[in-house]
Formats: sequence, C-alpha cells, structure tokens
Amino acid sequence: MKPNDSKSLLNRLSTTVSDLPRSGIRDFFDVVSQMKDVISLGVGEPDFTTPWHVREGAIYSLEQGQTGYTSNLGMPKLRKSISGYVEKFFGVSYHPDDEILVTVGVSEALDLAIRALCNPGDEVIYHEPCYVSYRPLIQLAYAVPVILETDASDGFKVNAEKLRPLITDKTKVLMLNFPTNPTGGGLTTKDLKEISELAVEKDLIVITDEIYAELTYDRPHVSIATMPGMKERTIFLHGFSKALAMTGWRIGYACAPAELIEAMMKIHQYTMLCAPVMSQQAAFEALKNPEEDIAVMKESYWRRRNFLHSSFNDMGLPCGLPEGAFYMFPDIRHLGITSKEFALQLLDSQKVAAVPGTAFGACGEGHLRCCYATSIEELEVAVQRIQVFIDTLKR
Amino acid sequence: MNHLLALLKENARISLEDAARQLNVTVEEVAAGMQELEDTGVVRAYQAVVNEDKLEGASVTAVIEVQVQPEREGGFDHIAARLSRFPEVTSMYLMSGQYDLMLFVEGNDLRTVASFVSAKLSSISGVTGTATHFRLKTYKHHGVLMELSHETERLQVSP
Repeated sequence: MKPNDSKSLLNRLSTTVSDLPRSGIRDFFDVVSQMKDVISLGVGEPDFTTPWHVREGAIYSLEQGQTGYTSNLGMPKLRKSISGYVEKFFGVSYHPDDEILVTVGVSEALDLAIRALCNPGDEVIYHEPCYVSYRPLIQLAYAVPVILETDASDGFKVNAEKLRPLITDKTKVLMLNFPTNPTGGGLTTKDLKEISELAVEKDLIVITDEIYAELTYDRPHVSIATMPGMKERTIFLHGFSKALAMTGWRIGYACAPAELIEAMMKIHQYTMLCAPVMSQQAAFEALKNPEEDIAVMKESYWRRRNFLHSSFNDMGLPCGLPEGAFYMFPDIRHLGITSKEFALQLLDSQKVAAVPGTAFGACGEGHLRCCYATSIEELEVAVQRIQVFIDTLKR
Repeated sequence: MNHLLALLKENARISLEDAARQLNVTVEEVAAGMQELEDTGVVRAYQAVVNEDKLEGASVTAVIEVQVQPEREGGFDHIAARLSRFPEVTSMYLMSGQYDLMLFVEGNDLRTVASFVSAKLSSISGVTGTATHFRLKTYKHHGVLMELSHETERLQVSP
C-alpha cells in the first residue's frame, strides 16, 4: 500500500466514519446548487438577519479588543443571562456556576451530551423524522440508535405508548426535539407528563433539544424539564440560532445537573476550548431584551405558516397545521411517486427546491420538508409552481 | 397590537384574500376588521413610502422647532390645530423639552419654505419663536431604509 495512493487512504479511514451515510441534505444541496433562479423552500434557517443591536454589540466588543479565550464553560455574565432567561421562559432554574455550558451551537451540545453519557452498546431512542445529525452522533459515540417512528396521523408526536415497547435493559437515553425539525410537531403537557413518568419508571436520561421552543404558535411551549422528577435526569439544550436568527454565530448551550455538565465540559475543553468570544458577546447582547426581537419574527413566521398551510391543503396536498418551528411536512403519498422523485422533478420542472422527507429518516417517505422562512412573495410563487407541478402529475 | 394592524403596517396593499390566508381568518373577517380600524380612527390613511431623493426636482423638507405661548383655555391644542391645517405642514408633534411643537414642512424649494416660516408661521399670534432645519439626505423613512439592500447569500439547502 502506497501512502500517496488515494484508494489506500480510503482504506485507512475509521470504519465508523466510512459506514456513516452522507447526509441526504448534502446530496440534494449538490443538485440545487447547480441551478439558477430556484425558489428554495429547502433552507433550515431564518430569513431574518440577526437583530441590529446584537450585531452592533458584537462589533463594539471587537472594537474593544475582546478577542481572547473565555472560561471553558462560557463567559460568566453570559451564563448568568442564560440562567435568567431559561428560568423566565421555560420555568426551570439552573445555576450559572456549574449547571450551564455554552457550546458551539446546539449541534456541539448534542454531541457532548451523547458522548458524555454513552458506553459502546448503550441504546439511545430518538424519534424520526428528525434532524439529520441525531443518528450519526449516536453512532459516532458507538452507541446503538433505536428509532421511534412518528407519523402524520397524530402530528408526528412521541407518546408513552409508542415509547414503552422500545425500552430494553440497555436503553440509556431518550432524545426529544419538540417543536420538531422537519415536521413542526409539538407535544402537549399531557404527552410530556406520560413520557416523563415512563422515563422516571425506566430510569432514562432525557436529552431535549428545544431550539425551536419560542416558535410555538398556538399555545405556550412546555419543556419536559419542568415535569416532576425530570430536571435531575434531563439535559436541556437550547441556543440562539432559530428564534433570534443567529445561525451563523454557532452559539448554543446545555443546562443539566452539575455532574453531567462537568462530564460534557471535559470533552468540550479538549475539543473546543470555548465557544467563540465574539459569538458569546453577541449572545449576551441578544439576551438583554429577547422578547421584543422574537415577537416580531414569530408574528411573521406565524402568518407564513397560515398562508402555506391553507395553500397546500387547497391544492390537495394534505398537511397538518404545524405547532412550531418553520417547516411544513405535506403528504404526497397519493401522487404515486417517492419523495425523492417528487423533489427532483419539482426542482427540474418548476425550479422549486424542497427537501425529500427521507433525508430525515426512512419514515419521512411520502413527505417533503418545506421551510416557510422565506418571503411571502416567494412563497406565493412557490405555491403556484407546485400547483402546476401537481396538475401535470395528475394528468 | 392586533394581527391585522401589524400586517397592514407592513404592507397596506395586501389583498383581502392574502390577508385572510396569512391571518387564518375569513375574507369577511378581514374586511370587517379593516372597517373597524378605519371607523374608530386607528387607521387614518394608506400611503406609499417615497424616497424623495430619487425624484427629479425633489421638494425641500424642513423640520421646524416652534415655541408657542400656551393659552389659558385649551393649552397647546388650539394653536396646534391652526398650524396643522396649513397644507405645507406634513407632520406635527407636541414635544417635551426646549421647544413645544415640531413641524415637518414640505415645499417646492427653499424659498417657499422660508416664506412659509416668515410670512405664515411667525405671524400667527402665540408663536414666540422658530428654528428651521433643512433636510439634506434621507437614510430611513417610516421604518424603511432608503438604500436598496443587497441580498445576503443564504445556502439554498441546509439542515
């Protein structure tokens, strides 16, 4: 084997990594990026830029020369703000000294949480369709992913009845993400209560990714961490990307009992050292008065959700009313083609990009993820073009 | 603020059908809501936001600080009502601080505005002093940035 032979390099990769499939999102991105004048419903981020006072705050901190490392856990003043915000919005209290870790987005926090908890062979239950990184992160920790399939019939919910049969004596962790990317599904207090009772009964740790919490439209968001007996077994993950339009800053956080934060911090300090200081400054600025910024953007998403929901249903694309996030997950099964074919043909013939449901797990087949975080004018054109496409399919 | 009003403040030209779709209500409910906003005087007009700097022979705008002698009966309201009726006055506010009324005045050229101040405004009884500032350039008007923003690049597909 010659060292400069590229084939031999492939042979030398870790089998864990070579066995990981490529993200379906990336496959689709490669196709879309070749085309011009596409209306994209394929994004997973706000169409707003970060509120100006946040950007201005970050610029000021750079001008002041704040460019050094911070504490591994994150700047103390930021952790204090996070503690105050989480208590106010979610009703759970975490101590800024040892129960909060500032991370490079929720993505890093998820990785840390799973790696801090799992031994090889431990089972982790997560629900599909779900965010693209859940399964790979479990596999990268040498744990065993166990899929809980959700479906449109009940708004893509997880409930105790579906969960119980999947729990074995190897199950260590349950991962939840509500409101859900890509379905927009949400859980009621009753659902959360039943799930948490089962988690306590079976002694599971729950990792809850609540990045879309503030974008819950028709009722207040409830976190599973508020349920009896849950705070001590929950790793609560949140961040600034979605509700505050800060995706590119890569800044999030984990809140959990001190023992778990300490374990996650061990990995974080060796892999990341700390989250970028300018992003931490921006996050600190963002938490000064987040309610006002969020309210404006939420109102706008709410309108677009209503628009896309009624438009899809009017054109015969069945679609439940998503409870949160900024995604629609319409049902295309009656049209007799797969999600991938639908997405590719729609892109090719009408230049509208939407992500095949299968990018978020096999049970996403028969659905498309359509993000409505794009201007209402573009959504209107997209709706017209999808209508034309469906009419040609039916012919 | 109600949902309909928030929508109209962003886009007053929206059709009843589109408004209904976005607010998850019927067309009739939108029409009734607009009627109520108009009848109660909450919504007073629907206007275009114009970048005057883009127009040939653009008009002149001045901000005028006006000091007045409030009257025993009616305070500032009586004299304010008289001033606000001049068509040259496009906006007018009662202010706290060094002066009392702030007027936005528009005219075809500098001379028109100057003569409005000297001939009409200053001669009204009760007006005790004025200070006129001319607009040089508009950066933002009614919450709208006057410079066309360039699109920031967003990935077309992201997780």
